[in-house]
Amino acid sequence: MSRHMIGKRVLLLGGLCLLVMLLSGVSLMAGRVWVPWSAWSQAAHDPRWAIIFELRLPRTILAIAVGAALGLSGAAMQGYTRNPLADPGVLGVSSMAALGAVMTMYLSMSLATPWLLFVAAMAGAGIGVAVMLVLAGGTGGTITFILAGVILNTVASAGVALALSLAPSPWAAQEIINWLLGSLADRSADDVWRALPFILVGSGLLLFLGRALNALTLGETGAKALGVDMTLTRVLLAVGVGLASGASVAVTGMIGFVGLIVPHLMRPLVGHQPGALLAPSAIAGAVLVLAADILVRLTPSAAEVRLGVAMSAIGGPFFLALLISMRRKLA
Amino acid sequence: MSVVNTNELVAEALSVTLGGHPVLSGVSARFRTGEVTAIVGPNGAGKSTLLACLAGLRKPDAGQVSLDGAPVLALPHRERARRIGFLPQTPEVAWAVDVETLVGLGRIPHSGARGLSDADHAAVRAALVRTDMTDLAHRDVTTLSGGERARALLARVLAGEPSWLLADEPLAGLDPGHQLDAVDLMRGFAAEDGQGVVMTLHDLGVALRLADRVVVLQGGGVIADGAPLEALTPAVLAQAYGVEAAIVPGLSGPLIELIGHVHG
Repeated sequence: MSRHMIGKRVLLLGGLCLLVMLLSGVSLMAGRVWVPWSAWSQAAHDPRWAIIFELRLPRTILAIAVGAALGLSGAAMQGYTRNPLADPGVLGVSSMAALGAVMTMYLSMSLATPWLLFVAAMAGAGIGVAVMLVLAGGTGGTITFILAGVILNTVASAGVALALSLAPSPWAAQEIINWLLGSLADRSADDVWRALPFILVGSGLLLFLGRALNALTLGETGAKALGVDMTLTRVLLAVGVGLASGASVAVTGMIGFVGLIVPHLMRPLVGHQPGALLAPSAIAGAVLVLAADILVRLTPSAAEVRLGVAMSAIGGPFFLALLISMRRKLA
Repeated sequence: MSVVNTNELVAEALSVTLGGHPVLSGVSARFRTGEVTAIVGPNGAGKSTLLACLAGLRKPDAGQVSLDGAPVLALPHRERARRIGFLPQTPEVAWAVDVETLVGLGRIPHSGARGLSDADHAAVRAALVRTDMTDLAHRDVTTLSGGERARALLARVLAGEPSWLLADEPLAGLDPGHQLDAVDLMRGFAAEDGQGVVMTLHDLGVALRLADRVVVLQGGGVIADGAPLEALTPAVLAQAYGVEAAIVPGLSGPLIELIGHVHG
């Protein structure tokens, strides 16, 4: 990297971090009950302090962690598949995580032992990545990966639908549906402690992939010729995405399109290098989810709009625009 | 240096089977530094498979490849990548990176986790100069012409400063001028101390005129191996390609004149 590029990168990462900090402040203040900065000084006496500490702080931390995990997972999966349309949602990894989580809810195990839901979701996500890698094979092209994603999504949706239709009680079905819609509302500090370690470890593993993803610019043969251990790369990808996006899905339900949108927006800013894309995508993912969660809270509607629904409403048209621009390039 | 480093690349009795069909059966060959060796043969003769085995990218079902006496598959991945540069046939470039970034990928076996060092940058610049790509260093790879792209990819291999350059059909898709440029580059590479080139070729004329040595593959075995005029005889060409050909004197060297199919 030349000096000029290093300067640009510091500026980009610094700017994104600043945005995260600003939005975190807003996220702590904003909502049904507005807690202005002035109320923070007489902290202990103000009843609103409880709102900040017990509701908005976990929510803010989770928004940052989940956004970073999804943005990073998307960037890593796009780098590995060399496909700008890849992301945990599109390739069926999130659905597999959801299937794992729904199984524990269906069996009513999630209340007694909440960590089981996390384990099941992460196992589902890890299996999802592994199956995708096997289905697409060593030389998988764009189409193969997308088709593998379609298959995984179909199988996982069928499993979820089965669990819903066979749900032991309407209450269990309601719980599953509520969770599937994806939200950060009413998450507790316990949720933070359960999700954060896995997200951190998974993200750490994914950040190690930079060199391998850069080498994969030259395809799989090219990467091997550059001395990249492809087996290790696949294991890191499956475990990293499994932990990071699996734990995210476990704590928030399905929030799609973060991993699709964020790397796409960051790519031109890092000279299109898949390795250099990882860290900015993580931070920008946090920015996107934080911003979306604040907007969702401020929407004037009777019930809060679900974050997962809101992201899909933004992500669908974005996906379409991406597809159209890709077609134009190919034509 | 007191230690004699021959750096020879040796294939011993390589056999590869793909989907039940033998692709290579018992191929042995020695490749010496200081030479440009061309591997020729009809379609499906196993040229690319042999090259991938030599580069340590494919594990043969039997036999082994050794570099300077050590099995190439036993080398650590990065060391192998530092010593053997491989240029795949129809190389893919997945993202719209600029030429300098693409060439910098060649430094991956050398560079640390912190990115490229000053030495890495120097090697990239040298590779760009050698391939005459300095002016295009900041161009997006996806906007290059076929010839420019091929030069950029060759620069990528050169930037790795390998001792062996293995190239799979490096001249395919190049016009005659660029073909000559590429061959000149490879000859220059092989002329340097302790370096050698092995490439697969379709064009027998180029092999005859510009290689130091030619290995002819047919049906997964070596049927001729030697100096171009010794290897590419009418009898060998008849056996390999089923064509009747004559080696005739041209204005500046021998030429292969194709007469027709071998009959009977």
